[in-house]
Amino acid sequence: MNKILIVDDEPNIVMSLEYTFKKNNFEVFIARDGQEALDILNNQLPDVIILDVMMPMVDGFATLEQIKKDERLQHCKVIFLSAKNKEKDIEKGLSLGANLYVVKPFSLKKLVEQVQNLIQ
Amino acid sequence: MSSVGLLLILFLYVSILFYIAHWAEKKRHSKWTNNPYIYSLSLAVYCTAWTYYGSIGVAADSGLSYLTIYLGPIIIIPTWMIILKRIIRISRVNKISSIADFISLRYGNSRFLGALVTLICVFGILPYISLQLKSISDTFYIVTKTQYSSNIFSDTTTYVCIALALFASYYGTKYVDASEKRSGIVTAVAMESILKLVFFLIIGIYVTYFVFDGFGDIYTKAAVLKDFDKKNTIGDLTNGINWLFLCILSTFAIFLLPRQFHTAIVENNKETHIRTAIWLFPLYLLLFNLFVFPIAWGGNILFEGQGLNSDTYSLLIPQHFNNNVLTVIVFLGGFSAAISMIIVSSIALATMLSNNLLIPYGFIGALQNKSSEKNRKRIVNSRKIGIFSLIILAYAIYRIFILDYSLVSIGLVSFVLIAQLAPAFFGALFWKRGSKKGAVTGIILGFSISLYTLLIPYAIGVTKSTSTFIKNGPWGIELLKPFHLFGLDYLEPITHAFFWSLFVNTISFLAISVSFKGNYRERNYAEMFVDIDKYITNHENAFVWKGTAYISDIQKVLQRFLGEERTKRALGIFNLKYNIDKNIATADPRFIKFAENLLTGHIGTASAKILISSVAKEDKISLPEVLRILEESKENIIINKKLTDTSNELKKISEQLKNANQELINKDIQKDEFLDTVTHELRTPITAIRAATEILHDDDDDIPKEVRKQFLKSIISESDRLNRLIDKILDLEKFETGKQKLYLSKNDITKTIVNTLDSVKQLIINQNITVEFIKTEIKVFYDEERIIQVIHNLLSNAIKFCSKTDGKITISIIDKKDVIKVSIHNNGAGIKADDFEPIFDKFYQSRDQNVKKPIGSGLGLAICKQIIEHHKGKIWVESTPQKGATFIFTLPNYNTTENE
Repeated sequence: MNKILIVDDEPNIVMSLEYTFKKNNFEVFIARDGQEALDILNNQLPDVIILDVMMPMVDGFATLEQIKKDERLQHCKVIFLSAKNKEKDIEKGLSLGANLYVVKPFSLKKLVEQVQNLIQ
Repeated sequence: MSSVGLLLILFLYVSILFYIAHWAEKKRHSKWTNNPYIYSLSLAVYCTAWTYYGSIGVAADSGLSYLTIYLGPIIIIPTWMIILKRIIRISRVNKISSIADFISLRYGNSRFLGALVTLICVFGILPYISLQLKSISDTFYIVTKTQYSSNIFSDTTTYVCIALALFASYYGTKYVDASEKRSGIVTAVAMESILKLVFFLIIGIYVTYFVFDGFGDIYTKAAVLKDFDKKNTIGDLTNGINWLFLCILSTFAIFLLPRQFHTAIVENNKETHIRTAIWLFPLYLLLFNLFVFPIAWGGNILFEGQGLNSDTYSLLIPQHFNNNVLTVIVFLGGFSAAISMIIVSSIALATMLSNNLLIPYGFIGALQNKSSEKNRKRIVNSRKIGIFSLIILAYAIYRIFILDYSLVSIGLVSFVLIAQLAPAFFGALFWKRGSKKGAVTGIILGFSISLYTLLIPYAIGVTKSTSTFIKNGPWGIELLKPFHLFGLDYLEPITHAFFWSLFVNTISFLAISVSFKGNYRERNYAEMFVDIDKYITNHENAFVWKGTAYISDIQKVLQRFLGEERTKRALGIFNLKYNIDKNIATADPRFIKFAENLLTGHIGTASAKILISSVAKEDKISLPEVLRILEESKENIIINKKLTDTSNELKKISEQLKNANQELINKDIQKDEFLDTVTHELRTPITAIRAATEILHDDDDDIPKEVRKQFLKSIISESDRLNRLIDKILDLEKFETGKQKLYLSKNDITKTIVNTLDSVKQLIINQNITVEFIKTEIKVFYDEERIIQVIHNLLSNAIKFCSKTDGKITISIIDKKDVIKVSIHNNGAGIKADDFEPIFDKFYQSRDQNVKKPIGSGLGLAICKQIIEHHKGKIWVESTPQKGATFIFTLPNYNTTENE
């Protein structure tokens, strides 16, 4: 079973994502900000990480920088999921090493497809 | 005292002077040599051996009239602040190095006038130098008790004189540029000024308090002498007029004597030094005259009826009491007075001779095509020889002519001759119409008259009563008697000559200047002299010149005198000053003037003009054209000033624009950020709604009922959130643009709070929070709906951030008369001081917000602030970490000013 870590501070969005990925046979972990995500990553090695950008404390960009420093997590695919849809934000996200940058609002169906493509 | 002993002392003394001059030359820029005191003391070169010995003679023989020589300068010195400053400025910008340069430049840079002034000065000053030499040798004989020897080679004073001439010619020609400062000489002269004054005061005190018993004692004893009363009153009108003329004469002398012009103007380093000079120099003169009278009458008392030369009383008195030390000291003081005059005068005269006579008349050909090194050597050598031969010539005059005359009479003859320059000189400063023709005629006529009324009779010998020329006039014509010209018989010879010569001089200067206009060059310099203050910073602009000249030609001329290196440097400075491209080949008027100035110091104004015009083809300009160009250049200066003012103003405005622009840019950035955040905030609930809807739509049948309900609930709450957000954004926009109106009515703030508390009751109960509210009944004017909004917001925040375990909210109302103050406290984690202000910004989120993102728009507090500020109240937060936070707002209490 593939593992996925969802990092977002919006409970209702997390709820939908959790439901959808569970239904698609993922083991789902949830963090509500960057720090929580990094804590979870100490014990878990997910295949995919879905990262919101605007979060309190440690934001998505900073979280990815930390992830990239950790050798154990090199295989992780990272997808940014953000309402920030400006060109410069997308560029920044991708340059930090994210595999995808998905703009909110998004299609769950399409997201699942993209995730599956990534881990194949 | 033996001759050898005295010579040894003299040798030692002169060596010290040499050393001081040498030292000062090395330290020419230090504050020891370049200061207002040295400058002021060097002006005391005015006090020569004539002052030192001669005044005593006059006081002893004819009473108070010796004072006139000092009264004139003392009276006129306060005007130095204006006049001397102006002369200094003119001389500085034109590189003037002598009074001949000064006068001839003003009258169209006239070679002839420069030579004429030089001749007058030589005629006037040579006897004056002789007089100094006479005083040195006279006193030398007295101190050594030797006799005048008719064989000049066995006379020691001859050798003293030669030594002096060598010293002066060596130190006086250090620089080929005559307008350069000679710190060595000036410092030595200042030093001598101190010495001669101190030595004179010493002998004065000695005579007054040691030989006699103070001023009173001398007066009592002198009063019984013959003629005492007569000698010590001014007397009748004739005497008064004599006094007046002598005062005027000395007033002229302080400006016109070449040595005074040299020390006061050529050697002036800073205009501000005048400020010290105008009090120190008169003080010096007063001090010098303090003991003249006691010494003179002390001598009269001691040597009554012995027929001794009263000029030498100051030596005879200590000698009479066998005080050798004091005798030598007095001698050295007199020697100092004499040699400083000799040295400075001979330097000034030699410069004039070379720059205004020798070089422009003939010598200039020899300087045409030589290397700069050779030219410089030639110029310096000509001056060295000049100084040396002047002193020797003066010695010769002394030996041949003036053994008989008193010091004062020769000095005054000099003054009268030099005074002939006065009309042209002062005219140069103040009168633009003065012309060269006028100046030349005035000087020649004045000089001729003084020749006739003074020099010729003196040369024949006043004392020879057999001379019918003086007694009966030439060919027996009474009206032409040299001492009583045209029947004017009540003036003394000096004042008589002074009156007639200056009268004719002035009248002819004025009359001819008015009748015949000068040429354009005279008019040009008149403008530059009289209006010097206007042209001081860029005087080259004021020079009018038309023609064709090439910079390379002029450069070649300059190189012959300045050398390649200095010429290049000077050109660089010029180009920089006037912002001129160095590749331009033709010279403009400014460059012509600049080049002339560079040469002037070396070879004088007239020769500089001759040399430059040899390579520059000048076109004649008519007088009206000169006036027009000058007018234009004046206007240009004014326009320049206006332009500078305008450009400064523009600079200021552009600075303001820049600031305003920066502000706009900042606002634009803020607006962009705001829009960014708003879209982000709007997209978030939409995302949640879209995701939930997608799930419900796609998995219609599989979803358990519970889960399905949860998704539907999230759709509802996110829709509400969206709606609230939109409301708040619109609210804020209304407040910020001023479209929001307040509906003020009188309300009870307690009631309003209670009502609001009601609306959040459920939340409070859910979180188990205690609320403490101290109720007070206060009615004030406010828009209740808006204040409810504020209180609701603050309460929601308080609930949100309250301690999770035992939350407590405290509400209080304080009546502060002119305002009411409402505070809402929660016992949560508190807020950091850094956040106190920005917390009221739109969408502000603290950098280290220690909590999960609260459910809120991020606009609540911003709206609260707007509402309270529209009520003319204030809102702020106070907090100590871990002890909770208090939000406080005030509302103005209009009640106090209203009767119910």
